[in-house]
Amino acid sequence: MHELSITESLVDAVIARLPGKRVTCVRLEIGALSGVVADSVRFCFDIVTQGTDLEGATLEIRQPPASCHCRICDVDFEPDSPIALCPCGSAEVTVLAGQELKITSVRVA
Amino acid sequence: MCGTCGCSSDAVVTLHTPVDYEHSHEPRPHDHSHPHDHPHDPQHHQHPRPDRTIELQQKVLAKNDELADVNRRWLRDRGILAVNLMSSPGSGKTTLLERTAKDLAGQVLISVIEGDQETELDARRILAAGSRVVQINTGAGCHLDAEMVARGLHALDVPGGSIVVIENVGNLVCPALFDLGEAAKVVLASVTEGADKPLKYPHMFRQADLVLLNKTDLLPYVDFDVAQYCSDLRRVTPDAVLLLLSATTGDGTTAWYDWLLRRTPPPPG
Repeated sequence: MHELSITESLVDAVIARLPGKRVTCVRLEIGALSGVVADSVRFCFDIVTQGTDLEGATLEIRQPPASCHCRICDVDFEPDSPIALCPCGSAEVTVLAGQELKITSVRVA
Repeated sequence: MCGTCGCSSDAVVTLHTPVDYEHSHEPRPHDHSHPHDHPHDPQHHQHPRPDRTIELQQKVLAKNDELADVNRRWLRDRGILAVNLMSSPGSGKTTLLERTAKDLAGQVLISVIEGDQETELDARRILAAGSRVVQINTGAGCHLDAEMVARGLHALDVPGGSIVVIENVGNLVCPALFDLGEAAKVVLASVTEGADKPLKYPHMFRQADLVLLNKTDLLPYVDFDVAQYCSDLRRVTPDAVLLLLSATTGDGTTAWYDWLLRRTPPPPG
Protein backbone atom coordinates (compact mmCIF):
# COMPACT_ATOMS: atom_id res chain seq x y z
CA MET A 1 0.00 0.00 0.00
CA HIS A 2 2.64 2.51 -1.06
CA GLU A 3 -0.21 4.70 -2.31
CA LEU A 4 -0.65 5.98 1.27
CA SER A 5 2.86 7.40 1.44
CA ILE A 6 2.59 8.52 -2.21
CA THR A 7 -0.53 10.47 -1.24
CA GLU A 8 1.17 11.89 1.85
CA SER A 9 4.06 12.98 -0.36
CA LEU A 10 1.78 14.76 -2.80
CA VAL A 11 -0.11 16.56 -0.03
CA ASP A 12 3.18 17.60 1.61
CA ALA A 13 4.50 18.79 -1.76
CA VAL A 14 1.43 20.96 -2.44
CA ILE A 15 1.50 22.49 1.06
CA ALA A 16 5.22 23.20 0.73
CA ARG A 17 4.70 24.95 -2.63
CA LEU A 18 1.58 26.89 -1.56
CA PRO A 19 1.77 27.47 2.19
CA GLY A 20 -1.46 28.80 3.70
CA LYS A 21 -3.46 28.55 0.44
CA ARG A 22 -6.80 26.81 0.47
CA VAL A 23 -6.55 24.23 -2.27
CA THR A 24 -9.83 23.21 -3.92
CA CYS A 25 -8.57 20.81 -6.58
CA VAL A 26 -5.43 18.76 -7.21
CA ARG A 27 -4.66 17.43 -10.68
CA LEU A 28 -2.35 14.46 -11.08
CA GLU A 29 -0.89 12.33 -13.82
CA ILE A 30 -0.45 8.66 -12.91
CA GLY A 31 0.92 6.77 -15.88
CA ALA A 32 -0.04 3.21 -16.77
CA LEU A 33 3.52 2.02 -16.03
CA SER A 34 4.02 4.07 -12.85
CA GLY A 35 3.28 1.21 -10.47
CA VAL A 36 0.72 3.34 -8.64
CA VAL A 37 -2.98 2.50 -8.48
CA ALA A 38 -5.08 5.62 -9.07
CA ASP A 39 -8.08 4.27 -7.16
CA SER A 40 -5.91 3.67 -4.10
CA VAL A 41 -4.63 7.25 -4.26
CA ARG A 42 -8.26 8.43 -4.44
CA PHE A 43 -9.07 6.31 -1.39
CA CYS A 44 -6.15 7.75 0.59
CA PHE A 45 -6.59 11.37 -0.52
CA ASP A 46 -9.64 12.21 1.60
CA ILE A 47 -8.03 10.65 4.66
CA VAL A 48 -4.64 12.27 4.25
CA THR A 49 -6.03 15.75 3.51
CA GLN A 50 -8.15 15.91 6.68
CA GLY A 51 -7.10 18.87 8.81
CA THR A 52 -4.87 20.31 6.06
CA ASP A 53 -5.31 23.19 3.61
CA LEU A 54 -6.38 20.54 1.10
CA GLU A 55 -9.33 19.26 3.12
CA GLY A 56 -12.39 18.97 0.89
CA ALA A 57 -10.37 19.39 -2.31
CA THR A 58 -11.32 17.34 -5.32
CA LEU A 59 -8.80 15.06 -7.00
CA GLU A 60 -8.58 14.81 -10.79
CA ILE A 61 -6.35 12.05 -12.12
CA ARG A 62 -5.25 11.71 -15.74
CA GLN A 63 -3.79 8.32 -16.61
CA PRO A 64 -1.51 8.61 -19.65
CA PRO A 65 -1.26 5.32 -21.55
CA ALA A 66 2.05 3.55 -21.91
CA SER A 67 4.12 4.20 -25.00
CA CYS A 68 7.33 2.38 -25.86
CA HIS A 69 9.93 2.24 -28.62
CA CYS A 70 11.36 -1.11 -29.71
CA ARG A 71 15.11 -0.93 -30.25
CA ILE A 72 15.06 -4.07 -32.37
CA CYS A 73 12.37 -3.31 -34.97
CA ASP A 74 12.51 0.49 -34.48
CA VAL A 75 8.77 1.06 -34.06
CA ASP A 76 6.69 2.75 -31.36
CA PHE A 77 3.93 0.71 -29.72
CA GLU A 78 1.49 0.80 -26.81
CA PRO A 79 1.98 -2.19 -24.51
CA ASP A 80 -1.25 -3.59 -23.11
CA SER A 81 0.26 -4.79 -19.82
CA PRO A 82 2.94 -3.69 -17.35
CA ILE A 83 5.32 -6.05 -19.14
CA ALA A 84 6.41 -3.84 -22.01
CA LEU A 85 6.92 -6.35 -24.80
CA CYS A 86 6.99 -5.30 -28.45
CA PRO A 87 4.62 -7.24 -30.75
CA CYS A 88 7.80 -8.59 -32.38
CA GLY A 89 8.56 -10.31 -29.05
CA SER A 90 11.45 -8.10 -28.06
CA ALA A 91 11.88 -6.78 -24.52
CA GLU A 92 14.59 -4.38 -25.72
CA VAL A 93 12.33 -1.37 -25.37
CA THR A 94 12.62 2.22 -24.28
CA VAL A 95 9.66 3.57 -22.33
CA LEU A 96 8.52 6.86 -23.89
CA ALA A 97 5.47 7.53 -21.70
CA GLY A 98 3.42 5.93 -18.96
CA GLN A 99 5.79 6.29 -16.01
CA GLU A 100 4.43 9.70 -14.98
CA LEU A 101 3.73 10.32 -11.31
CA LYS A 102 3.27 14.05 -11.29
CA ILE A 103 1.26 16.91 -9.80
CA THR A 104 0.37 18.92 -12.88
CA SER A 105 -1.62 21.78 -11.31
CA VAL A 106 -3.82 22.78 -8.43
CA ARG A 107 -6.74 25.16 -8.02
CA VAL A 108 -6.71 27.51 -5.07
CA ALA A 109 -9.55 29.58 -3.60
CA MET B 1 -28.90 42.95 6.16
CA CYS B 2 -32.19 41.71 4.86
CA GLY B 3 -32.64 38.06 5.63
CA THR B 4 -35.22 37.64 2.91
CA CYS B 5 -33.33 38.71 -0.16
CA GLY B 6 -29.81 39.31 1.01
CA CYS B 7 -29.76 42.97 0.20
CA SER B 8 -28.62 45.42 2.80
CA SER B 9 -29.23 48.89 3.99
CA ASP B 10 -25.47 49.11 4.43
CA ALA B 11 -24.03 50.87 1.44
CA VAL B 12 -21.81 48.31 -0.21
CA VAL B 13 -22.44 44.84 1.05
CA THR B 14 -24.02 42.26 -1.17
CA LEU B 15 -24.42 38.76 0.11
CA HIS B 16 -22.32 36.21 -1.78
CA THR B 17 -21.53 32.63 -1.10
CA PRO B 18 -18.40 31.06 -2.53
CA VAL B 19 -20.42 29.43 -5.31
CA ASP B 20 -22.45 32.54 -6.02
CA TYR B 21 -20.26 34.10 -8.70
CA GLU B 22 -23.05 34.34 -11.24
CA HIS B 23 -25.37 36.26 -8.93
CA SER B 24 -27.85 38.84 -10.04
CA HIS B 25 -27.72 42.36 -8.70
CA GLU B 26 -31.44 42.67 -9.05
CA PRO B 27 -33.20 42.25 -5.69
CA ARG B 28 -35.72 39.47 -5.53
CA PRO B 29 -39.35 40.61 -5.16
CA HIS B 30 -40.37 41.09 -1.59
CA ASP B 31 -43.04 42.90 0.33
CA HIS B 32 -41.08 45.50 2.18
CA SER B 33 -39.13 48.49 1.06
CA HIS B 34 -35.53 49.57 1.62
CA PRO B 35 -34.70 53.24 1.41
CA HIS B 36 -31.62 53.88 -0.74
CA ASP B 37 -30.76 57.52 -0.49
CA HIS B 38 -27.07 57.28 -1.15
CA PRO B 39 -24.97 56.52 -4.24
CA HIS B 40 -23.43 53.07 -4.85
CA ASP B 41 -19.81 52.74 -5.79
CA PRO B 42 -19.51 49.61 -7.92
CA GLN B 43 -15.90 49.21 -6.76
CA HIS B 44 -17.17 48.51 -3.27
CA HIS B 45 -18.82 45.27 -4.21
CA GLN B 46 -16.90 42.51 -2.41
CA HIS B 47 -16.76 39.61 -4.83
CA PRO B 48 -14.92 36.53 -3.65
CA ARG B 49 -12.06 35.80 -6.00
CA PRO B 50 -12.77 32.82 -8.20
CA ASP B 51 -10.55 29.74 -7.89
CA ARG B 52 -7.42 30.03 -9.94
CA THR B 53 -5.21 27.34 -11.37
CA ILE B 54 -1.56 27.17 -10.44
CA GLU B 55 0.72 25.03 -12.60
CA LEU B 56 3.06 22.87 -10.52
CA GLN B 57 4.36 20.18 -12.95
CA GLN B 58 6.17 18.54 -10.07
CA LYS B 59 7.02 14.91 -9.45
CA VAL B 60 4.98 13.52 -6.57
CA LEU B 61 8.12 11.94 -5.11
CA ALA B 62 10.35 14.96 -5.80
CA LYS B 63 11.25 15.35 -2.11
CA ASN B 64 12.24 11.69 -1.76
CA ASP B 65 14.23 11.89 -5.00
CA GLU B 66 16.09 15.00 -3.77
CA LEU B 67 16.95 13.30 -0.48
CA ALA B 68 18.07 10.20 -2.40
CA ASP B 69 20.41 12.37 -4.48
CA VAL B 70 21.85 13.83 -1.25
CA ASN B 71 22.43 10.28 0.02
CA ARG B 72 24.03 9.29 -3.29
CA ARG B 73 26.47 12.23 -3.21
CA TRP B 74 27.24 11.59 0.49
CA LEU B 75 28.05 7.96 -0.26
CA ARG B 76 30.10 8.74 -3.37
CA ASP B 77 32.12 11.45 -1.59
CA ARG B 78 33.04 8.92 1.11
CA GLY B 79 33.77 6.06 -1.25
CA ILE B 80 30.98 3.80 0.05
CA LEU B 81 29.04 1.30 -2.10
CA ALA B 82 25.35 1.20 -1.18
CA VAL B 83 23.12 -1.59 -2.45
CA ASN B 84 19.33 -1.69 -2.10
CA LEU B 85 18.43 -5.35 -1.48
CA MET B 86 14.76 -6.12 -2.14
CA SER B 87 12.73 -9.31 -2.09
CA SER B 88 9.54 -10.89 -0.86
CA PRO B 89 9.49 -11.94 2.81
CA GLY B 90 11.34 -15.19 3.45
CA SER B 91 13.49 -15.33 0.34
CA GLY B 92 16.68 -15.29 2.40
CA LYS B 93 17.96 -11.71 2.50
CA THR B 94 19.20 -11.89 6.07
CA THR B 95 20.71 -15.35 5.63
CA LEU B 96 22.55 -14.14 2.52
CA LEU B 97 23.88 -11.10 4.39
CA GLU B 98 25.01 -13.23 7.35
CA ARG B 99 27.02 -15.46 5.02
CA THR B 100 28.33 -12.51 2.98
CA ALA B 101 29.56 -10.68 6.09
CA LYS B 102 31.32 -13.80 7.39
CA ASP B 103 32.85 -14.80 4.05
CA LEU B 104 34.12 -11.30 3.22
CA ALA B 105 35.40 -10.55 6.74
CA GLY B 106 38.96 -9.31 6.39
CA GLN B 107 38.40 -8.23 2.77
CA VAL B 108 35.78 -5.54 3.11
CA LEU B 109 33.59 -4.15 5.87
CA ILE B 110 29.88 -4.72 5.31
CA SER B 111 27.32 -2.69 7.22
CA VAL B 112 23.60 -3.21 7.04
CA ILE B 113 20.56 -0.98 7.31
CA GLU B 114 17.76 -3.38 8.28
CA GLY B 115 14.24 -2.42 7.30
CA ASP B 116 11.38 -4.33 8.91
CA GLN B 117 7.94 -3.35 10.03
CA GLU B 118 8.64 -4.65 13.53
CA THR B 119 11.26 -6.37 15.74
CA GLU B 120 15.06 -6.28 15.90
CA LEU B 121 15.40 -9.98 15.13
CA ASP B 122 17.27 -9.47 11.86
CA ALA B 123 19.56 -6.81 13.34
CA ARG B 124 20.64 -9.26 16.04
CA ARG B 125 21.43 -11.91 13.42
CA ILE B 126 23.50 -9.47 11.35
CA LEU B 127 25.31 -8.22 14.46
CA ALA B 128 26.15 -11.80 15.43
CA ALA B 129 27.65 -12.28 11.94
CA GLY B 130 30.09 -9.46 12.67
CA SER B 131 28.55 -6.53 10.77
CA ARG B 132 27.61 -3.09 11.90
CA VAL B 133 23.86 -2.78 11.68
CA VAL B 134 21.13 -0.24 12.26
CA GLN B 135 17.51 -1.39 12.47
CA ILE B 136 14.72 0.74 11.05
CA ASN B 137 11.22 -0.32 12.02
CA THR B 138 8.73 1.20 9.64
CA GLY B 139 5.65 0.31 11.69
CA ALA B 140 2.77 0.37 9.24
CA GLY B 141 5.13 1.41 6.41
CA CYS B 142 5.76 -1.11 3.65
CA HIS B 143 9.07 0.23 2.34
CA LEU B 144 12.11 2.32 3.26
CA ASP B 145 12.42 5.87 1.94
CA ALA B 146 15.42 8.15 1.40
CA GLU B 147 14.92 10.04 4.65
CA MET B 148 14.95 6.84 6.74
CA VAL B 149 18.09 5.69 4.95
CA ALA B 150 19.80 9.07 5.57
CA ARG B 151 19.21 8.60 9.29
CA GLY B 152 20.51 5.04 9.07
CA LEU B 153 23.66 6.11 7.22
CA HIS B 154 24.48 8.79 9.76
CA ALA B 155 23.86 6.40 12.65
CA LEU B 156 26.12 3.76 11.09
CA ASP B 157 29.01 6.16 10.45
CA VAL B 158 30.65 3.70 8.05
CA PRO B 159 34.20 4.20 6.72
CA GLY B 160 35.19 4.75 3.09
CA GLY B 161 35.98 1.72 0.96
CA SER B 162 33.19 -0.30 2.55
CA ILE B 163 29.74 -1.61 1.60
CA VAL B 164 26.34 -0.71 3.01
CA VAL B 165 23.54 -3.10 2.18
CA ILE B 166 20.10 -1.63 2.68
CA GLU B 167 17.88 -4.62 3.43
CA ASN B 168 14.49 -3.27 2.42
CA VAL B 169 11.18 -4.35 3.90
CA GLY B 170 10.20 -7.75 2.47
CA ASN B 171 7.81 -6.73 -0.30
CA LEU B 172 7.94 -7.05 -4.09
CA VAL B 173 5.68 -4.06 -4.75
CA CYS B 174 6.21 -0.90 -2.76
CA PRO B 175 10.03 -0.60 -2.44
CA ALA B 176 10.31 -0.47 -6.25
CA LEU B 177 9.12 3.13 -6.32
CA PHE B 178 11.44 4.69 -3.78
CA ASP B 179 14.97 5.74 -4.71
CA LEU B 180 17.15 5.52 -1.60
CA GLY B 181 20.37 6.89 -3.10
CA GLU B 182 21.83 3.42 -3.70
CA ALA B 183 24.35 2.67 -6.45
CA ALA B 184 22.53 -0.51 -7.46
CA LYS B 185 19.27 -2.35 -6.89
CA VAL B 186 19.47 -6.06 -6.20
CA VAL B 187 16.37 -8.26 -6.23
CA LEU B 188 16.63 -11.55 -4.38
CA ALA B 189 14.26 -14.33 -5.38
CA SER B 190 14.17 -17.94 -4.25
CA VAL B 191 13.16 -21.17 -5.93
CA THR B 192 10.59 -21.89 -3.21
CA GLU B 193 8.58 -18.81 -4.19
CA GLY B 194 7.76 -20.20 -7.63
CA ALA B 195 9.12 -19.19 -11.01
CA ASP B 196 6.37 -16.75 -11.93
CA LYS B 197 7.50 -13.78 -9.84
CA PRO B 198 9.15 -11.68 -12.60
CA LEU B 199 5.92 -11.74 -14.62
CA LYS B 200 3.75 -11.09 -11.55
CA TYR B 201 5.88 -8.23 -10.20
CA PRO B 202 7.36 -6.59 -13.31
CA HIS B 203 7.78 -3.15 -11.71
CA MET B 204 10.20 -4.59 -9.16
CA PHE B 205 12.19 -6.80 -11.52
CA ARG B 206 12.40 -4.10 -14.22
CA GLN B 207 14.39 -1.93 -11.79
CA ALA B 208 16.91 -4.60 -10.87
CA ASP B 209 20.58 -4.25 -11.81
CA LEU B 210 21.17 -7.73 -10.43
CA VAL B 211 18.77 -10.61 -9.74
CA LEU B 212 19.91 -13.31 -7.32
CA LEU B 213 18.06 -16.61 -7.40
CA ASN B 214 18.52 -18.16 -3.96
CA LYS B 215 17.92 -21.59 -2.37
CA THR B 216 19.20 -23.47 -5.41
CA ASP B 217 20.06 -26.32 -3.01
CA LEU B 218 16.30 -26.97 -2.87
CA LEU B 219 15.85 -27.29 -6.66
CA PRO B 220 15.64 -31.12 -6.50
CA TYR B 221 12.64 -30.83 -4.16
CA VAL B 222 10.54 -28.09 -5.76
CA ASP B 223 8.81 -27.61 -9.08
CA PHE B 224 10.90 -24.75 -10.46
CA ASP B 225 11.92 -24.46 -14.10
CA VAL B 226 15.14 -22.42 -14.13
CA ALA B 227 15.14 -22.06 -17.93
CA GLN B 228 11.58 -20.74 -17.90
CA TYR B 229 12.49 -18.35 -15.07
CA CYS B 230 15.42 -16.96 -17.08
CA SER B 231 13.22 -16.56 -20.14
CA ASP B 232 10.47 -14.77 -18.20
CA LEU B 233 12.99 -12.53 -16.46
CA ARG B 234 14.41 -11.50 -19.84
CA ARG B 235 10.90 -10.49 -20.97
CA VAL B 236 10.73 -8.04 -18.07
CA THR B 237 14.33 -6.89 -17.88
CA PRO B 238 16.69 -7.91 -20.68
CA ASP B 239 19.69 -6.17 -19.12
CA ALA B 240 19.75 -7.35 -15.49
CA VAL B 241 22.48 -9.77 -14.45
CA LEU B 242 21.16 -13.09 -13.07
CA LEU B 243 23.17 -15.17 -10.59
CA LEU B 244 22.09 -18.47 -9.02
CA LEU B 245 23.25 -19.23 -5.49
CA SER B 246 22.46 -20.86 -2.19
CA ALA B 247 23.01 -18.75 0.91
CA THR B 248 22.72 -21.94 2.98
CA THR B 249 25.42 -24.02 1.26
CA GLY B 250 27.46 -21.18 -0.24
CA ASP B 251 27.16 -22.51 -3.80
CA GLY B 252 27.35 -19.67 -6.31
CA THR B 253 28.14 -16.99 -3.74
CA THR B 254 31.59 -16.26 -5.21
CA ALA B 255 30.01 -14.57 -8.24
CA TRP B 256 27.90 -12.43 -5.88
CA TYR B 257 30.98 -11.45 -3.88
CA ASP B 258 32.85 -10.59 -7.09
CA TRP B 259 29.92 -8.45 -8.22
CA LEU B 260 30.05 -6.54 -4.91
CA LEU B 261 33.82 -6.18 -4.75
CA ARG B 262 34.09 -4.93 -8.35
CA ARG B 263 31.80 -2.03 -7.41
CA THR B 264 33.36 -1.19 -4.04
CA PRO B 265 35.50 1.96 -4.17
CA PRO B 266 39.06 1.62 -2.84
CA PRO B 267 39.64 2.83 0.73
CA PRO B 268 40.52 6.54 0.78
CA GLY B 269 44.28 7.02 0.62
